[in-house]
Amino acid sequence: MAIDTSGNGVFSEGRAKLSARTLRTDKWWLQPLITVIVLFSFIVYATLRAFENGKYFAQPLISPFYSPCLSTDCVKGSPSFIGTIFGTYHIFGMTVSPSLFILIFPLAFRMTCYYYRKAYYRSFWMSPPACAVAEPHAKYTGETRAPLIIQNGHRYAFYAGLVFNVFLTIDAIGAFRNEKGQWGHMSIGTLVLLANATFLWLYSMSCHTCRHTVGGRLRNFSKHPIRYKLWTWVSILNHKHQNFAWISLFGVALADLYVRQVSGGSIRNLYFF
Amino acid sequence: MARTLKLRIWRGSDQDGALQDVTVEANSGEVVLDIIHRVQATQMGDLAVRWNCKAGKCGSCSMEINGKPRLACMTQVSAYAEDEVITITPLRAFPVIKDLVTDVSFNYKKALEVRAYEHPADLAPGEARMEQIDVERSQEFRKCIECFLCQNTCHVIRDHEENKKSFAGPRFFIRLAELDMHPLDTLRNRKQSAQEEHGLGMCNITKCCTEVCPEHIRITDNAIIPMKERVVDVKYDPLRWLGSVIRKREGIL
Amino acid sequence: MTAQIERHKYDIVVIGAGGAGLRAAVEAREAGLSVAIVCKSLFGKAHTVMAEGGAAASMGNVNDNDNWMVHFRDTMRGGKFLNHYRMAELHAKEAPDRIWELETWGALFDRTKEGKISQRNFGGHEYPRLAHVGDRTGLELIRTMQQRIVALQQKDGRDFGDPEKKIRVFAEVTITEILKENGKVAGAYGYRRENGEEVLFEAPAVVIATGGVGKTFKITSNSWEGTGDGHALALKAGANLVDMEFLQFHPTGMVWPLSVKGILVTESVRGEGGILTNSLGERFMFKYIPDVFKDKYADNEAEADRWYVDQDNNRRPPELLPRDEVARAINSEVKAGRGTEHGGVFLDVSKRLSAEIIKKRLPSMWHQFYELAGVDITKEAMEVGPTCHYVMGGVEVDPDSAAAVGVDGLFAAGEVAGGMHGSNRLGGNSLTDLLVFGRRAGMGAVAYVKSHGENPVSQSTLDRAAARIEAPFSRVGGENAYSLHQELQEITHNLVGIIRTGAELTEAIEKIAEIRKRSANISVTGDRKFNPGFHLAFDLDNMLLVAESTAKSALLREESRGGHTRDDFPGMNSTWRQVNHISSFDGEKVNIKSQPLPVLPKELFDLFDVHELEKYMTPEEISKGGSN
Repeated sequence: MAIDTSGNGVFSEGRAKLSARTLRTDKWWLQPLITVIVLFSFIVYATLRAFENGKYFAQPLISPFYSPCLSTDCVKGSPSFIGTIFGTYHIFGMTVSPSLFILIFPLAFRMTCYYYRKAYYRSFWMSPPACAVAEPHAKYTGETRAPLIIQNGHRYAFYAGLVFNVFLTIDAIGAFRNEKGQWGHMSIGTLVLLANATFLWLYSMSCHTCRHTVGGRLRNFSKHPIRYKLWTWVSILNHKHQNFAWISLFGVALADLYVRQVSGGSIRNLYFF
Repeated sequence: MARTLKLRIWRGSDQDGALQDVTVEANSGEVVLDIIHRVQATQMGDLAVRWNCKAGKCGSCSMEINGKPRLACMTQVSAYAEDEVITITPLRAFPVIKDLVTDVSFNYKKALEVRAYEHPADLAPGEARMEQIDVERSQEFRKCIECFLCQNTCHVIRDHEENKKSFAGPRFFIRLAELDMHPLDTLRNRKQSAQEEHGLGMCNITKCCTEVCPEHIRITDNAIIPMKERVVDVKYDPLRWLGSVIRKREGIL
Repeated sequence: MTAQIERHKYDIVVIGAGGAGLRAAVEAREAGLSVAIVCKSLFGKAHTVMAEGGAAASMGNVNDNDNWMVHFRDTMRGGKFLNHYRMAELHAKEAPDRIWELETWGALFDRTKEGKISQRNFGGHEYPRLAHVGDRTGLELIRTMQQRIVALQQKDGRDFGDPEKKIRVFAEVTITEILKENGKVAGAYGYRRENGEEVLFEAPAVVIATGGVGKTFKITSNSWEGTGDGHALALKAGANLVDMEFLQFHPTGMVWPLSVKGILVTESVRGEGGILTNSLGERFMFKYIPDVFKDKYADNEAEADRWYVDQDNNRRPPELLPRDEVARAINSEVKAGRGTEHGGVFLDVSKRLSAEIIKKRLPSMWHQFYELAGVDITKEAMEVGPTCHYVMGGVEVDPDSAAAVGVDGLFAAGEVAGGMHGSNRLGGNSLTDLLVFGRRAGMGAVAYVKSHGENPVSQSTLDRAAARIEAPFSRVGGENAYSLHQELQEITHNLVGIIRTGAELTEAIEKIAEIRKRSANISVTGDRKFNPGFHLAFDLDNMLLVAESTAKSALLREESRGGHTRDDFPGMNSTWRQVNHISSFDGEKVNIKSQPLPVLPKELFDLFDVHELEKYMTPEEISKGGSN
């Protein structure tokens, strides 16, 4: 990205004359590099899986990428708590993967998440790549205009995310069944889905919008003792929002991978009882 | 336990300047500001540096050390390896005056643009009652020592001179948050003005302000993001807007 | 040469942008006058930010037995009755209003359960009295005043279209001279530190609020700005300094590491339960309770410990004795070889309080030790020792108007003014002193300007002031200001320090005179642009005058009292309590004269138990029972 920034930014007239974009001597580029690699890998994996349109159900486990199932194209027996509202769906004669209807919501939640915004603005957009490292852009308007003004809708993506957390929690509970659908059993798959749901809840509950909604928006905490209590709890979680963002991202991918492997028959879902 | 330090100090003016090599003795326990003072007293009598309290409380000795915005009085020499060359430059987001001293008047101009606190007219001095939990959020922001490291590191203005006119910067976002969360402030359009006049929307929450804050104020998480959410409440959230209209009609608000 | 200098015209010029200066400026602007605030640093960096403990005001929020009379008594006791009674009285009476006023400007103090301003205990104060914000009260005060100025500027912006039309801050400007015409103040002259360009302020009234003199000494909690500028400006303008022998050495400065030597450890560490021990592990303060305090301070550990939970039925721990007592005690322990490796004693708060509470109540102390010294005060003890902290002496003023005695149009407030604190200042009294007398100085200046009108500066006065600034540049190969400053600090540290003797003071006076002679030959390298060597040349001149005043006053006072300890005259002497030492400057040297201390009026005299007064006053004074 060889955009001319001479005469602007740290090279502006009047500022200390220095030719280096940064004088940092530490490995400031490492963090954004890792972020790019990990996020990019996830995107590739998720895209492949979304279009694979298969290997997402192995009684009683359903992949988080495909739950809840909204299309009649879904594999028989996969849970659909709100019915197959989309029926079958085709574009130009091609079957559209039901996963696409689903992934768009968590994707929106993560795309507008205050933590991920920091992560991808820094690593993908290099705006800035790291603190006190000059960014390679001649102009910058932030989140003041389209399309980035849409980030202000984060709370709606958060609400949608909550709905999916409920579905995935139901899926995790459903995983206390055996292959024949009988209750009272537990397998590795149960733990996988349970962990996935738990981390997704932690990620959602630690969200800045959540913190704002439960109490942050109040001017006087003392008049709302319960909301203040909630706010203090969410604030504690909020400190770890970044960690939950990454753990839950890995969680979702690993849960999907596990279901895929079980469904494809390459591993057996080991039952404890 | 003295050691010999190799420094590169930027010297010059708004016209021109360059890094100059200096070798100087350092004692154990010393901070970079001590070293600069030694250079000043022994080798460069007219080396310009701004400082005051030398205890991390006044926020005067802001500069960039090995490219990182820091307070020189809070930077231990022992944090650098024996053979490391320490590069010291003035802040790079503001015009330089001389050597390590920059013109930070931008910040005072912005301070003048944030409407002051307005006390309730009917509340006489001494009558105010506020709960500790209600003042704590704003108190965190009032810890600010105005070192302007956050302003300096913020890429919105560091990398884009033209944004300076429309962007107040992290220091004044915490000021706005402080006032918006103040239990008694009567001015009610802080959220709108944060977005419309002070450029809150320009911030892309990349958190460098928080990273450099010597007072460890959680600028992004506790001030900027809550302010962005409050702005959404009054400007971008149709449901909230509807709710407020209804409540206003029913006299709840 | 002076054709194109920068000129400004104001009703009032305030020198110094600390608490007192800003409060004076607010008062003057609110009264409708135009004000220039001139400060050596950036706006908002004044040394006031360093005040940690709090601001003493008898609001009675925590203990409703408190009132102005109790506060007045504590202040007089702390100052060993050498205070100007009227200043102590005004201070005690007006302090609560000044604190509440800050709240209406947006200050956020810590709160009590009832939602009032919380107040904490502090050395020498009978009740919890210090309004505070964690341990950064001074910062809160400065920021609030700074924002109040901004509020006034915003109002002017709306009214006149220019926020700086009637009140403007001139940051990084050093004042070198107070200008006079016809024997009255006519303005101030100085230069911009940024580029060395000269500035003239024409104004019929000048308020000096420049703070302290700590940089005269080697180990000090003061920043570079504490060079006694205001003291020297006032002397040179014909005003007097009162009681310059009294300097407060704060008992607990950091002694290690080297780079932070002198930096303060707030008294609240002791207020919150910190104890002092020597290298043998002894809690030594019990040995140092003076007779006058025996009935107020616990003489055993058990009672001292109980006090933290039950203050009504126990005497206070001796760690909370007035600062001078604690400083002397530490000094004696170290001299007796029971000090720490780095020449201090241990101050430990980790044993009494949990880590969480320490971090909550003393956040910036924790921060300061952890980041500057690598010491975690929640786990280990701090090493502390005395550091030059505050000058009780200062410009002699009229208590009600803060007008400097002897110079029409000159006012002084805050640390630079003398009299209020007597021989020793109580912690927490400083911040309210700034507010109470800052406001009064503002009021005094307003009244003066309204009754006197303009007093233009003549060309000849201007030329003289300009020539003085040019002088150090015109010399080549002269003395180096840095090394002269270091020599001065050695002299004051060794000979005019915490413990003094007549012989050493005589030696100091000679040596200071010698440096003074050499300083006339200081030359400066480089140009005028932000040149610290050039700045120091002027600061040094001020420090020399201060050091001379201090040494000469100290030599005369043949007793030990508060911030003045004579090894050759230990103990207080009631006849010495009846005199102030007044320093004046004849253009060549400082002269000292004795002046009777104003006598306590009967209504204030009667606030004390007569047996207490007997410890300080002569039998004749007691039998008179105060004036009138």
